[in-house]
Amino acid sequence: MSERLAVRKTYKLFIGGAFPRSESGRSYVVNSSKGEFLANASKASRKDARDAVTAARKAFPGWSAATAYNRGQILYRVAEMLEGRRAQFVAELVDADGVGVRKAGELVDAAVDRLVWYAGWSDKIGAIRGSANPVAGPYFNLSSTEPTGVVAVVAPGEGPLLGLISVIAPVIVTGNTCVVVASERAPLPSVTLAEVLATSDLPGGVVNILTGSAAEIAPWLAGHMDVNAIDLTGAGAELAVTCEELAAENLKRVLRPPTAKIDWLADPGTDRMTAFLETKTVWHPIGT
Amino acid sequence: MSTTTTPFAEVAASTSTLRAFLHGLPGVDRVGADARAAMLGTRSIKTTAKRQAIDLAIRMVDLTTLEGADTVGKVRAMCAKAIHPDPTDPSVPAVAAVCVYPDLVATAVQALKGSGVKVASVATAFPSGRSSLEVKVADTELAVAAGASEIDMVIDRGAFLSGDYLTVYEQIAAVKGACGSAHLKVILETGELATYDNVRRASWLAMIAGADFIKTSTGKVSPAATLPVTLVMLEAVRDFLRTAGRKVGVKPAGGIRTTKDAIKYLVLVNETAGPDWLDPDWFRLGASSLLNDLLMQRQKMASGRYAGPDYFTLD
Amino acid sequence: MFEYAPAPESRDIVDIRPSYGLFINGEWVDPLGEGRDKTVNPASEEVLAEVAVAGEADVDRAVQAARKAFAVWSAMPGSERAKYIFRIARIIQERARELAVLESLDNGKPIRESRDVDLPLVAAHFFYYAGWADKLSYAGFGPSPQPLGVAGQVIPWNFPLLMLAWKIAPALACGNTVVLKPAETTPLTALAFAEICRQADLPPGVVNIVTGAGETGAALVAHPDVDKVAFTGSTEVGRLIARSVAGSRKKLTLELGGKAANIVFEDAALDQAVEGIVNGIFFNQGHVCCAGSRLLVQESVAEELLDALKRRLSTLRLGDPLDKNTDIGAINSAAQLAKIRELSEAGEAEGAERWSPACPIPDKGFWFPPTIFTGVAQSHRIAREEIFGPVLSVLTFRTPAEAVEKANNTPYGLSAGVWTEKGSLMLWMASRLRAGVVWSNTFNKFDPTSPFGGYKESGYGREGGRHGLEAYLAV
Repeated sequence: MSERLAVRKTYKLFIGGAFPRSESGRSYVVNSSKGEFLANASKASRKDARDAVTAARKAFPGWSAATAYNRGQILYRVAEMLEGRRAQFVAELVDADGVGVRKAGELVDAAVDRLVWYAGWSDKIGAIRGSANPVAGPYFNLSSTEPTGVVAVVAPGEGPLLGLISVIAPVIVTGNTCVVVASERAPLPSVTLAEVLATSDLPGGVVNILTGSAAEIAPWLAGHMDVNAIDLTGAGAELAVTCEELAAENLKRVLRPPTAKIDWLADPGTDRMTAFLETKTVWHPIGT
Repeated sequence: MSTTTTPFAEVAASTSTLRAFLHGLPGVDRVGADARAAMLGTRSIKTTAKRQAIDLAIRMVDLTTLEGADTVGKVRAMCAKAIHPDPTDPSVPAVAAVCVYPDLVATAVQALKGSGVKVASVATAFPSGRSSLEVKVADTELAVAAGASEIDMVIDRGAFLSGDYLTVYEQIAAVKGACGSAHLKVILETGELATYDNVRRASWLAMIAGADFIKTSTGKVSPAATLPVTLVMLEAVRDFLRTAGRKVGVKPAGGIRTTKDAIKYLVLVNETAGPDWLDPDWFRLGASSLLNDLLMQRQKMASGRYAGPDYFTLD
Repeated sequence: MFEYAPAPESRDIVDIRPSYGLFINGEWVDPLGEGRDKTVNPASEEVLAEVAVAGEADVDRAVQAARKAFAVWSAMPGSERAKYIFRIARIIQERARELAVLESLDNGKPIRESRDVDLPLVAAHFFYYAGWADKLSYAGFGPSPQPLGVAGQVIPWNFPLLMLAWKIAPALACGNTVVLKPAETTPLTALAFAEICRQADLPPGVVNIVTGAGETGAALVAHPDVDKVAFTGSTEVGRLIARSVAGSRKKLTLELGGKAANIVFEDAALDQAVEGIVNGIFFNQGHVCCAGSRLLVQESVAEELLDALKRRLSTLRLGDPLDKNTDIGAINSAAQLAKIRELSEAGEAEGAERWSPACPIPDKGFWFPPTIFTGVAQSHRIAREEIFGPVLSVLTFRTPAEAVEKANNTPYGLSAGVWTEKGSLMLWMASRLRAGVVWSNTFNKFDPTSPFGGYKESGYGREGGRHGLEAYLAV
C-alpha cells in the first residue's frame, strides 16, 4: 500500500474575519528554513491592505466599546485555542524556523502564556495609566486611557509565532484593531494563528493578517489616512524611515523598530500597550 | 391684584403645575455662576466711573435698622441721615428708602415727609416667616396703614423647601393684595434655600405671584447677599421681562459693607440685567454701614485725601 | 449709562531693552549673523524691541551649551534640581505683575487674562514639576528613569510664557537641558525668563533661549545633537517636524491644532453654557488650539441659546489689552488677522450668516470683532479649518448620537465641551468624543496636574500631570 497523499492547506489572507485570497491573485513560495517548499502563500497587494484597514475600522467601534472584562476573556479564549493546536504550531515552527521540536514547544508554550499575560491586562492597564488629578479648583478631573484606533503592525521577521503574538496582543487587548503584515519569510504560522483567532470569539476585523512583502505593503499602511498608528517592529531600517515619514501625513503614532534584537522570551513590559493608548482627561465642576 | 399674573394662571393652578414649571427652568451650575460673578468682580471702576457709581449706590441704599432695640429716637436719627447722608456736603444725594419694623413706620413717615425718601417696612412675621397667613396679612396691612410705601415680606422657606410651592405662591399673592399701592419686595432668604437652582425657582415663583422686587436676605441669616446669588436673581428678572413683559427689581441685602462691594453689584447689574436696571426704581442695596463707606470714598475722590470715620455720622 | 472709565495697568513696571541678543550658556550673546527682527505691540503697531535671529551656527552653539550643561544637570540630585525649579516658580510669582504686562504688550491679550490666567498657571506649572524632580522613581516609569539629554523646544505665540512653562518645567525636572525657541512675534517674556534663570543662579547652559522664525526652529529640530523635540503650534508645521525627525530616533511630542465642538444639550444650565461658549471661543481672542470653535446646539434650544449668546456678546469689551476691563484684546499679528479675515469671508461666501455685536474698533493695531456664523454646515471651511480667532461657527443637532458624529467628524481631536445637567448623558458623550480633553459644564480650564494633549492630527504626547513626565524620560 502506498502512503496516503496528504490534503494540503491553502494559505490565505485574513481580512474582516474571512479568509480571502489576495485580490491580485498573486502568491509566493514559502520554503522551510532548509529550503524545502512548504506552500504558496498569498501575496497581499495594496488593495488588500486597503480592505484590511476598512475591516479594522469597521470593527473598531464595537471592539473598543466592549468591556475590558470581555476583551480579556476573548484573549484568554485565544490562548485556549492556541493550546489546543499546540502540536500543529510545533510542527509549523520546526518547518519555518528550523528549531528542534523541544525548542518549538517552548516557543508555543511561551506564546500561549504571553496571551494569558496580556489577557489579564485588559482591565488593569487603565488603572495604572489613568489618574484622578488634584486640580486647584472645584473640579472633578479624571484621566483615563482609550485605544488609539486602527493600528498597522509590521510583525517581526523573527519569531513567527511568539513574536507575532507579542505584537498583536498588546495592540488589541486595550481595544485597538489592527492590520498585521506577517513575517515575510515565515508567514505560515500567522495564517494558522488566523484560524485560531477566527474560532475564538474575536469579532471579525479586530485582527487582520496580510502575508507578502512588508516593503511593498507597509508604506501603503503608513500613508493610509484612516490608520491611526503604526508599529514598525519588523520593518528594516530603510523601510522604517520611509514609513515614519509617510506616517507624518496624519500624525500617526509611531512605534519605531528596536535598536537591539528583541528577546521575545523576556518580560515584555507595558510599553507595547501604552504606545497605542490615548489619554483622555475629563473635567466636571463640583457644586450643589 | 395686578394683571401681570394672568399669563401664569395655569402655572399657578396647583403645586404640581407650579412644580412642573419651576423645575422646567434651566438649571444653574454653581461653579460656573460663581466664576462669572468672580470675573465681574474684577472689573476696575476708577475715576469718573467710580464717582458716578458711588452716587448711584447712595441713591440705591435702603438704609436699614431691624433690631429688637430700635427706638423712635434711633429711627428719627437714621431718617435724618437718609435725607442728608453727609450734612457737610449738600451734593450728596438722599438714599432710596429707610427700612424699619412695622411699629416704627409711622415715625419714619413723619420724619421723611416731603423728602422723597421712601419708607419700607418688613412684614409677614419677619424674619422667620413662621406665622399664619392671617397674621402675615394683618402685619402687612398695619405697615401699609401706617404709611409704608414698600413692604419687604419673607417667604415661607419651610413650605418652599418641602416642595409646597402653592402655599408660597398663595401667601405672596395674598400679601401683594394687602399691599394695595405699596410695592412688594419678596425676600427669598437665599442663605436658607442653599442651592442656586432653588434661588432661581424661588425668584420665578415670587415674580409669578406678583412681586415687584425680589430680595436676597433678611440680614439675619448667613450667608446673606452674595454676588453669585444676586447674579442668578438678575438673570431671573431679565428673563422674566422677556417672558412675561413685566420688569421686576432686585435687592441684595445683608453683608454689603464697602464701596468696593457695592460697585461690584452695580457691575453685576450692568452686565447681567443691563443698564435699564441701574436705577433706584429697579435695584436697591439693603445695608446700614455701607452708607458711611460710600461717603468716605466719595470724599476721598473729591479731596484726594483718605477719609477718616470720625468725620462721618454714626446714626 | 454706566461707562467704565479707562483703567489701564501701568506699563512703567516693565523695562524693555531696545535690543536683545541670544541667551546661550547663561550669557547674552550676539548672533553670529546679521539677522535682526522687530517685535511689535499688536494693539498699537509700536515696535517694542529688536530681537536677534539665530542662524544654524547660533543654534549649534546653544545645543552645545545645553549638551555640556546636561552632564552637570542630569548628575545633580533630583532634590537639588527641584530647588532650582522651585526658585524659578517663586521668582515668577514675585515678578508676576511685570510679566503679565509684558505678555499683554507683546501678545495683545487682555491684562485680565495674562494676570489672572497665564501668570498664575505659569508659576503653578514650575511649582508642580519642581516637586517631581526628586520623585521620578515613583512615577511609574521604572525604578530609575533617565533623562533624554538636550531638548529642542519650539513654542507658539498664543500663550508665550505659559507654553514655555509647559515645555521647560517638566524637561528640567526630569534632568534634561533645553534650547527653546519662542515665537517670532512674542519673544519678550521668554527673554525675560532668561533673566529669571540668572536670578535663580541656574547653572549656565541648562536653559538656552534662541529667537528667530521658522528657519531657526527648523535648525533646532534638525540639529543632530538634540535628543528630544517638543513642539506646540500648527498641524501643518507639526507634520513637517514629524517628517524631519523620521529615522533620527529623537523623541517627539506634538501639541497641534484643533477644531473643538462645544456641545449644548437642551437641558443644559443655559446661562453657564453661554459663559462657557464665550470663554470657549473668545478667551485669548480665540488664539487657542483647544478653542470651542464649533458650537453644536440641540435644535430645541438653538434659538433661545443664540439670543442669549448674542446678548452676552454685546457686553464684551474690545480694546486696549492693558485696560483691566478689556475682554477682547488685539489679534497677535497682521498675518493672523489676514487669515481670520480670509476664512470669515469664505464663511460668508459659502452661505453662512455672519453676526457681530456693535463694537468700535481702534484705529491702529490688529483687531477682529467677536463673530458668530449661523447656518453653518459641516462642509463649510469655517466648520473644518482652524481659524485661530474670535470666530464661532454654529451648527445644530437633534440627538446625542448625531452630536457625537458631528463632533468627531474632523481630523483633529484636541478638546470638546459638553453641556448637560444629566450625568449619564455627560459620561456617555465624554466616552465617545475622540478628544484628549473633554470639558463638561465648563471649558478652557487648565491645571499643571491635568494632562493635556490631543488625539489624531492634534498631535501626540501629553503635557501636565504625571503623564507629562513621559515626554522627557527615556521610557
